[in-house]
Amino acid sequence: MDAKDILGLPKTPFSTSQEKKSRPPKEPQRKPDGVSREVYALTGGVGMAPLMPTIEASHLKRRPAAEKEKVAWQWLPFTSSARSDNLQLYHWVRVVNGVPPTGDYQFAKYNKKVDVLKYTDEEYEKYLIDPAWSREETDQLFELCERFDLRFIVIADRFPTTRSVEDLKSRYYSVSRSLLIHRARSFDDVSGNPLVKDSYDAAHETERKRALSALLSQTKQQERKDAETLAEAKRIMESRAASKNLDEAGMPSSSDNAMVPVDGVSPLSGTHPPLTHPNTAANSSIPNSLRTLRVYLRTHALDQMVQAASASAGLRVIKRVDQTLQDLGVNLKPKVPTKAVCVEHLELRNEILTLLNLQKQLQNKEAEVSANRESSFTEAPSTPKRSNRDIDRTFIPDTIGFSGERAGKRDHKRKTTGRFIDAPPSPTQSKRPRKLKGSD
Amino acid sequence: MKRPPPPPPPPPENNKKLKDVEISFPIVYGTISFWLGKKASEYNSHKWTVYVRSANNEDLSVIVKRVVFQLHPSFQNPTRVVEQPPFELSESGWGEFEIAITLYFHSDVCEKRLDLFHQLKLYPEEEAGPQSTKKPVIVETYDEIVFPEPTEAFFQRVQNHPAANVPRLPPGITLPPSGSMEIVPYEKKRGDTKDHALSQWFSNFSEADELLKLAAARQQVQAHIAKLRRQLTMMEGMPQQSKVLSGPGQQFGHI
Repeated sequence: MDAKDILGLPKTPFSTSQEKKSRPPKEPQRKPDGVSREVYALTGGVGMAPLMPTIEASHLKRRPAAEKEKVAWQWLPFTSSARSDNLQLYHWVRVVNGVPPTGDYQFAKYNKKVDVLKYTDEEYEKYLIDPAWSREETDQLFELCERFDLRFIVIADRFPTTRSVEDLKSRYYSVSRSLLIHRARSFDDVSGNPLVKDSYDAAHETERKRALSALLSQTKQQERKDAETLAEAKRIMESRAASKNLDEAGMPSSSDNAMVPVDGVSPLSGTHPPLTHPNTAANSSIPNSLRTLRVYLRTHALDQMVQAASASAGLRVIKRVDQTLQDLGVNLKPKVPTKAVCVEHLELRNEILTLLNLQKQLQNKEAEVSANRESSFTEAPSTPKRSNRDIDRTFIPDTIGFSGERAGKRDHKRKTTGRFIDAPPSPTQSKRPRKLKGSD
Repeated sequence: MKRPPPPPPPPPENNKKLKDVEISFPIVYGTISFWLGKKASEYNSHKWTVYVRSANNEDLSVIVKRVVFQLHPSFQNPTRVVEQPPFELSESGWGEFEIAITLYFHSDVCEKRLDLFHQLKLYPEEEAGPQSTKKPVIVETYDEIVFPEPTEAFFQRVQNHPAANVPRLPPGITLPPSGSMEIVPYEKKRGDTKDHALSQWFSNFSEADELLKLAAARQQVQAHIAKLRRQLTMMEGMPQQSKVLSGPGQQFGHI
């Protein structure tokens, strides 16, 4: 089966080769008229289909050669093999030289019928009995299948008892399938038949429709939420990969999304990671995208610089910067964006970024200190460290003894982070920030 | 429509660009709308004016050749061209829409045009009280048109113009004395908006207020940062003892 079959063309390979031979040998080299040399060169000359029609314009102006044939349209009766009632209908037909077209009605071939299998009483008794279906129901189903060409929606509508479309389909296909299998001499004969190869799975179909209707009946809001969640997940995956790369390269990761190792020997535990935002220096200068412009608005420049400054921060951090600005009573976009105001505004944003960074570090530090303490009491020095999650899980019962100290530490937090104020003074809670972070 | 006289063609030797210099023009653009009160009809309830002016009401035609206001397509000839200062346009209507304002500059200033967008506002906010014919609805936006790396000719032409913010030249760059060229020939008609009919409604944009507010906010944030730094250093000592206990060869806690 190939394209030729579909198009109904002869399959003989000779026709093309004969055509080639019949051409004068010089033909491929010569450039056909009406095609420019450059275009012809692109086709490679030989053996390729022309890129554009090579019919000369003068050909089109000439009247067609077959001028002599007389074409008339006549109102004539016709019969169609697709009809069984011998109804006589008329239509307009093209009559060339007084000879009306013969043969079957040209659209009769589209009258396709489904071959619905018929079963005998014996076959039914032997193979087709199903406790959920009576013989009468099955007969009705097959009759309707024949009548409505397997349009199951219509069949379900006409079916005397209420049965779901999936129910009807399931019965029809399972009956047809077992009939085919039992009538065949061996299973191999019919193993290629689509009815045998792919059995109908009603449960799967029901689930598919349910999922589809759930998807289609989603509100815009849900859709937006889903998109947000997916975007967030993607961001987390990326930041995780990035922090992993950083750690593998042996570099301290100070980015907001990077996980700060908790164990004692982490490169961060001794010294602070750089506290200033890495972009600070570049912020006050005009971004390159504006340098090439001959004229721009000050606010555009500020927008671009704000974007550049927060490029390394996550969406959540950017939102928190904006929130902090609002809390400070500062307009997110300056009302009088003079150069000095813009510089100050950028500086303020950078300082807020630094502040948020510090808050995060302090949280990490607290978690680190408590984790280290707990680990040093419960584990022998030689014991290999477990992962953070293990530590969290292992130490929950052991930490009661620290509650007094934790309460003291919590006071720091109340002043500094303000984010976990509501956390009860249990160490398990205090570690949550880091845990969240891991999946942040 | 009368075209303004063309700007003096810059001498070719002055086409050199000044690096690390930017000239800026503080501008204000916006709309003022008056409710017509008793005279208001269904489709003509407000008379409004859209304009671009210099923030200190100086003459903007020193750089601006032409301003095109793009109105809502339901207006007759929605593209309105203003070739003379003051760059403004008055209309009447009933609906609010976004006006696109395009500035075209004199050829020695800049070849590129600049687009501004302003949302026409006719109806006052509810907290501002009911509509009144006495009190217009004003929405103005402050911004600055920045020309980075201006040509020497342009620099010389506007360096003493009151509408411009011209920086001092960086050391090492000196411009040839500009003789009698200083007299700008476009001042036949006054282009400033100081005595403008609507000038009583123009808002004041105070850079000082904005800077004060920012400085206060920065102080607060800096104090906070200092506090956090102290706390971090204090905590620094705490993990030491546990570090001694934990031996080498530990893995980072990857998840």
